[in-house]
Amino acid sequence: MSAAVAASPVVAARAGVLRRFTGHPLALFGFITVVALCLSALFATAIAPHDPLLLDTSRRFLAPVARDSFLLGTDELGRDTLSRLLHGGRISLTVGLVAMVTTIVTGSLIGLTAGYIGGWVDTVLMRFVDTMLCFPQVFLLLVVAAFVPPSLISISMIIGLTSWMEVARIVRSEILHLKEQDFVQAARALGASRARIMFHELLPNIAAPLLVAATLKVASAVLVESYISYLGYGVQPPLASWGNMLTNAQGYFDTVPWLAILPGAMITLTVIGFNFLGDGLRDALDPRLRMDT
Amino acid sequence: MVENLLEVRGLRTHFPILSKILRRRIGSVRAVDGVDLDVKPGEVLGIVGESGSGKTTAGKSILRLIEPTAGSIVFEGCDITHLPAAEMLPLRQRMQIVFQDPMSSLNPRMTVGRILAAPFEIHGVAKGADARARVVDLLRLVGLPEEAAGRYPHEFSGGQRQRVGIARALALRPALIIGDEPVSALDVSIQAQIMNLLKRLQGELGLTYILISHNLGVVSHICDRVAVMYLGRIVESGPREALFFDPKHPYTEALLAAVPSPDPGARRRRVPLGGDIPSPANPPSGCAFHPRCPSAMPRCAVEAPLPVALGGGHSVACHLHEA
Amino acid sequence: MLSYIGRRVLQSIPLLIGVSIIGFALMHLAPGGPLAVYTLNPTITNQDIERIRVVLGLDQPVHIQYFKWASGMFTGNWGNTFFGGRPVLDVILERMPATFLLMGSALSMAILIGATIGVLGAIRRYSIFDMLATSGAMVALSFPTFWFGLMAIYFFAVRMGWLPSGGMYELGEENNLLDLLRHLVLPTMVLALVISAIWSRYTRSAFLEVMHQDYMRTAKAKGLRPRQRLLRHALPNALKPLIALLGIELPALFSGALVTETIFGWPGMGRLFVDALGMKEYPILMGMIMFTGLFVIVGNLLADIAIAVLDPRVRLG
Repeated sequence: MSAAVAASPVVAARAGVLRRFTGHPLALFGFITVVALCLSALFATAIAPHDPLLLDTSRRFLAPVARDSFLLGTDELGRDTLSRLLHGGRISLTVGLVAMVTTIVTGSLIGLTAGYIGGWVDTVLMRFVDTMLCFPQVFLLLVVAAFVPPSLISISMIIGLTSWMEVARIVRSEILHLKEQDFVQAARALGASRARIMFHELLPNIAAPLLVAATLKVASAVLVESYISYLGYGVQPPLASWGNMLTNAQGYFDTVPWLAILPGAMITLTVIGFNFLGDGLRDALDPRLRMDT
Repeated sequence: MVENLLEVRGLRTHFPILSKILRRRIGSVRAVDGVDLDVKPGEVLGIVGESGSGKTTAGKSILRLIEPTAGSIVFEGCDITHLPAAEMLPLRQRMQIVFQDPMSSLNPRMTVGRILAAPFEIHGVAKGADARARVVDLLRLVGLPEEAAGRYPHEFSGGQRQRVGIARALALRPALIIGDEPVSALDVSIQAQIMNLLKRLQGELGLTYILISHNLGVVSHICDRVAVMYLGRIVESGPREALFFDPKHPYTEALLAAVPSPDPGARRRRVPLGGDIPSPANPPSGCAFHPRCPSAMPRCAVEAPLPVALGGGHSVACHLHEA
Repeated sequence: MLSYIGRRVLQSIPLLIGVSIIGFALMHLAPGGPLAVYTLNPTITNQDIERIRVVLGLDQPVHIQYFKWASGMFTGNWGNTFFGGRPVLDVILERMPATFLLMGSALSMAILIGATIGVLGAIRRYSIFDMLATSGAMVALSFPTFWFGLMAIYFFAVRMGWLPSGGMYELGEENNLLDLLRHLVLPTMVLALVISAIWSRYTRSAFLEVMHQDYMRTAKAKGLRPRQRLLRHALPNALKPLIALLGIELPALFSGALVTETIFGWPGMGRLFVDALGMKEYPILMGMIMFTGLFVIVGNLLADIAIAVLDPRVRLG
């Protein structure tokens, strides 16, 4: 019996994850949307028909498809809307990703430490989490955003640092469950350091919930970025972001509504895409986490 | 007289019971409550008791996986009871543990190769190709194929997983291995294979074992000596034969009654053991066994018996056997 | 019960301290600190700033400042605004009714719609209705509230002219209830969208959870009709997580109200906050941060007490 290693159930398990995922039409829709958005953001310069910053007052407020080279029309300064949407997408996704990484790193570090070390460290960290959760995120975010000179990195960091608390809670509860497993004691018996146990032994075991949280966090970061950019504390003009495109468009609401409709639709599409993807991943990877079980 | 590999004196491990809100200590669970053990090099000691008797906690306290509350642990002549982690590190190479449930003791997200290389990495013994070669040696030693290194724990059967667990414990060539119910989670047909493997390895590598089990029958055939634990204390200990054929403590007799006899004709007193083991948070007065003991006397409820040496290394803590 | 309330209040104390420390720290981390507004004014000299610093007690050690500030917080002295020098607490409380009106109407509407959809979805799990409701909720959660607001204004106010595009009253109509209601419709709808999505998801899962319990099977075996089972057995048990949700979602409700108020020019606390942001009115900003933080603590406390009233296991366990 020692020579024959049992037929691999891991292949079957992976196939199960894939089947659960592809059998979920909304998840598939989310996945395709996200891939398309990422590609368009990655190749924005190549795809965009015009320079998104190029002003030309002779062609202000062109309606969509009025002229073929301005597929989605132009704005109040004659800039090409399609090009601005593409470049704005690049900005939004960058902020979304950097904020997500900040959230996941902060949340995992705090959750891991609290969960694994336990004791008063856990108490202090979790009280901190509870305290942070008392503040409405938008309030905290705007106050800090108003202090700090806006840049892509600062905005992303602020969003990340005001939204890691849920991740910390998820990670902590996973760790509390995992640390009772004997493999952690086995590592301690071998003399493994706390850091090795936390990052080497435990962290890989929470990859699935982290992946789900990461996807959903991109969605919420994109949402929040668009709002603070809309209020003028986020991405600064002339750099295009979906949020600040809306700020400008608001002034010409009654005459050229598409200027407001288009960026908003892009935000919605992006957020829906990531949310559906995250939800689908959750159902596929970890049936335990399903909302309705 | 050979010097002892391990000497445990007055080992106590108590867990605090905390109040709900203010987390004040309102009591304690006396999982291990005064254990003395001597283990000689090359010896196999069995620790037997029901679940809740504190035997697993005792094993883990000896390795300082759980911090003992009091007592001393001297391993290879070195008092390790209060050694800081850094000084404990080299000693960890000398003492290892095999867990009950290999599914839980092997990290599900690591390949067997990485699991087995971890001891070398932690102790800076070997890296890269050298570590891989050592992993292959370990796999051979426990009777697993080389290809096993690339697979994940869930791809193996229970018996194979336990072989991986044993291989990990052996990686650093320890002197002492504590087996915490090493075969209890396995199918009966596999249990014998693993016990035989442990026995073979002991012969080949000159290991010392402490085998912890709730089942006297499973470990008995490879043990030289057996210690019986009840509610955190050792109630009887001695050479295997003495314990099996001449048990002194009523609790040992009761445990033996649960073991199928190899000789159906042999007459053995059948002692039914009623009820459950009491809570170690609130142990009975006097002799902890008295509420369940068929031979309990009035003084058993008042006075805790002290261990008495009966000669030949056999000792018992029971008022029926006074010096 | 009293001892449960006592314990639960004690547990809020660390939160209270935490909230005040973060609020205090934010004020001092701000560029220029609490004096930022004066440094922006070119007519004020360094000596003036030094004098203001002493007047405000900013020359004292940090912990003294904190204790002074925190005790002020608890006695209702929240400082004065930079512009106009009015007491911050007064300014905030003045705006409170408008915000609570908006939050209250949106929350009641959202709970009504969300809970109904959630219960129906749980009863007919995996039906077409359930599928549509679940994915619809996901879409609603993904909607940028402010954009939804802009679209609602565009359609209902600009294009159709059915409803006013913003504000709380028409000029001179301050006491006209009908006028107030007309102004309330759009903001309520916008704010309620996301909240009802959250409520439908949670109601659905709370009911699903309850419906699989043994006592529900027993109730069915006893021959109780579906309506009785739902009202007498499922509802009281499903109510607990939903009351907890009420507390947990308070911060999100404030965030949503802020967004909605800015879009609709609703003269509540959110609008006050965004205006203060533009003027770097730190006392108001910090006051608002503290106000929402404290409100959330109290809200969660009340939610937990309500749960304990419903469920003896919570208060005794």
